[in-house]
Amino acid sequence: MLTQLCRDCCQLVAPRAGSCPDCGGERRIAHAELAALTIAHIDCDAFYASVEKRDRPDLREKPLIVGHDGGRGVVTTACYIARRYGVRSAMPMFKALDLCPDAVVLPPDMGKYKAVSDDIRAIFRAATEVIEPVSLDEAYLDLTEAHESGERAAAEALAVIALRVEREVGITVSIGLSCNKFLAKLASEMDKPRGFSVIGAAEAKAVLAPMSIRKINGVGQATAQRLEASGIASIGQLQALSEMQLVTQYGKFGRRLARYAQGEDERAVTPDRPTKSISAETTFSRDTGSADELIAVARRLGERVATQLQRKGLAGGAVVLKLKTSDFRLLTRSKRLPNATQRASVLAEAAEFLIRRDADGRRFRLIGVGVDDLRPATEADPPGLFDMA
Amino acid sequence: MRLLIEKSALLKALQHVTSVVERRNTIPILANVSLRADGESLHLKATDLDIEVTETARAETTAPGGTTVPAHTLHDIVRKLPDGSQIELASKGDEGRLAITAGPSRFLLACLPADDFPDLGLDGMSHSFQLASRDLARLIEKTRFAISTDETRYYLNGIYLHATETDEGWRLRAVATDGHRLARMDVALPDGGMGMPGIILPRKTVQEVAKLLADHSDEVFVHLSPNKIRFTAGNVVLTSKLIDGTFPDYQRVVPQNNDKNMRVGNAAFTKAVDRVSTLSSEKGRAVKLNISDGKLVLSVNNPESGSATEELETEYSGEPLEIGFNARYLLDISAHIEGDRSVFSLSDPSAPTVLQDENDASALFVLMPMRV
Repeated sequence: MLTQLCRDCCQLVAPRAGSCPDCGGERRIAHAELAALTIAHIDCDAFYASVEKRDRPDLREKPLIVGHDGGRGVVTTACYIARRYGVRSAMPMFKALDLCPDAVVLPPDMGKYKAVSDDIRAIFRAATEVIEPVSLDEAYLDLTEAHESGERAAAEALAVIALRVEREVGITVSIGLSCNKFLAKLASEMDKPRGFSVIGAAEAKAVLAPMSIRKINGVGQATAQRLEASGIASIGQLQALSEMQLVTQYGKFGRRLARYAQGEDERAVTPDRPTKSISAETTFSRDTGSADELIAVARRLGERVATQLQRKGLAGGAVVLKLKTSDFRLLTRSKRLPNATQRASVLAEAAEFLIRRDADGRRFRLIGVGVDDLRPATEADPPGLFDMA
Repeated sequence: MRLLIEKSALLKALQHVTSVVERRNTIPILANVSLRADGESLHLKATDLDIEVTETARAETTAPGGTTVPAHTLHDIVRKLPDGSQIELASKGDEGRLAITAGPSRFLLACLPADDFPDLGLDGMSHSFQLASRDLARLIEKTRFAISTDETRYYLNGIYLHATETDEGWRLRAVATDGHRLARMDVALPDGGMGMPGIILPRKTVQEVAKLLADHSDEVFVHLSPNKIRFTAGNVVLTSKLIDGTFPDYQRVVPQNNDKNMRVGNAAFTKAVDRVSTLSSEKGRAVKLNISDGKLVLSVNNPESGSATEELETEYSGEPLEIGFNARYLLDISAHIEGDRSVFSLSDPSAPTVLQDENDASALFVLMPMRV
């Protein structure tokens, strides 16, 4: 039996035609599984650009690009108006401005976006504690608990979230509701911006069939090309293959491909994924090959990483240095530490060692310093003989 | 080049020299051993550009000359030839091959020209002395375990060898530390050592010299130049670069005023630490020492796997003290204490502790406690 959700008064109602009898709202969605589905993916619409427009109403009707201006900047986010001109994220800024010369360009203000993201997450938290943030503007929510306790249907809770974010934060989100993460994410992309889409378990296979295999999480350029080379372009074609065939062809990933193609995904929504690594990086305003300059920057990045480690009560067991060459080749070098550390000086020392080993005159455009093999801080920096003055 | 040599003589020489040859080399000739024959001798030489080992073996040369062949391959061939074999080495100059013949076995190895083989040389010798092989071996054995493996502190990646004046007169002293423990060993300063500069002997050199000393019981001649050292032990000459760095002022971390002395049977202590540390975590490895009047309680508490305690008799009359150490570090040190009893000189739970053999002050170990 179909159920309807009024997105304005946030209630599930028996289906009927026309506007909502309670609030008069026109935004209604109907779906057979609407009252049963509990896994959601919420994605903020053109997040950085929307935050900037919220704070600068004068820009509301103008094409807005968030990103670094100048020769080598790229588009971080384009508002929906700029997108109409063909501007996309990650596009070089000069190209974006060729397409849309009237666009207003603002540099990203990560501190502000982080604060807005925190506000949004606080609204999520009113509905569930089971939140898995993917990035500042994207998260999975598992609403099963509240749903099953009869507190409020998941669909209703999501409608409330969307309304509250609009009213209290001043930006819009798109919501995908389904029975697992894979389908929820696909759903959230189906009706952007300010969308609310549902994919039910029963219809999953049929909904997926015409979609490109590139829609599958984890199918990157390489896998896509391999699949397409063997004549598989749509998920429907994938559905025709057995799990065995896919595993033979694509190894472990084949298993996931087979599951995804059937609309199955067993990954749980995992709140606050444990941090696996902590890093800081920066792009140079002009490329440099000077070891001394790289080391000086690495030292500052090391301080940032150390501050984060201390804040999180963690220590790094290995230091990772990332360098991107002028021709965009990425070098990653790492060094195990004799003892896990929280100290900027130890990070700087290890980074310097790695830089000196690799600084052979090549010029670099980006440097990053990070730690992995994270451990509790109690294991960090055992007292040393020479620490004492 | 053409010569005849007995298998055991060639094998022994190859064992000494090939041990410095890296298994993987970007410079092809460094994978080779240089062979040069003249008169009654075969001179062998191998290097990794940081260390060079040469050895002279008795041989019957019929045609003097030289070449280089892959060191590990030649070593493997000679090793597998029957004991007592007479081996003939003969260059096939026009083919760039070395023929190795022993009885019915015949091998042809590809050569690289002897002239291309690098020579480490020793420039401007500043100090020379000779010391007993046993003394040099002890300087190395008592300290090498504490050498740091952390490449960022390259100046700690070796043994610091220097002359120092003590209550017992001038001593030749070896020190190694990884920043958490320190090992120090003294022998009488040999004639000629006075005024020698402090030098840092790289880890690999330490390892190679230790191997050499295992087969050599006579005097060892040591020559120093500003950045190299040469050891001559019988027919073997090992020349090595030194670590170009400043060893930290280790004296300031050797406590002078630790007045709480605990004496404990070394063998019993070692076994007890080994037993209780069965339960210490892979990463932490802390063992706690509860020291009170005449009694030492060792304990390990691992929230994941459980706990262990063991009690030992000691001689101790100071204030009760609770202090934690890395179990592996304790075991490393106690393994280097040869006497029956060791002495712990303690101060407080966060201060470095000194460990020594009760009856032998030549070796001294300093250990930094852990937080427990």
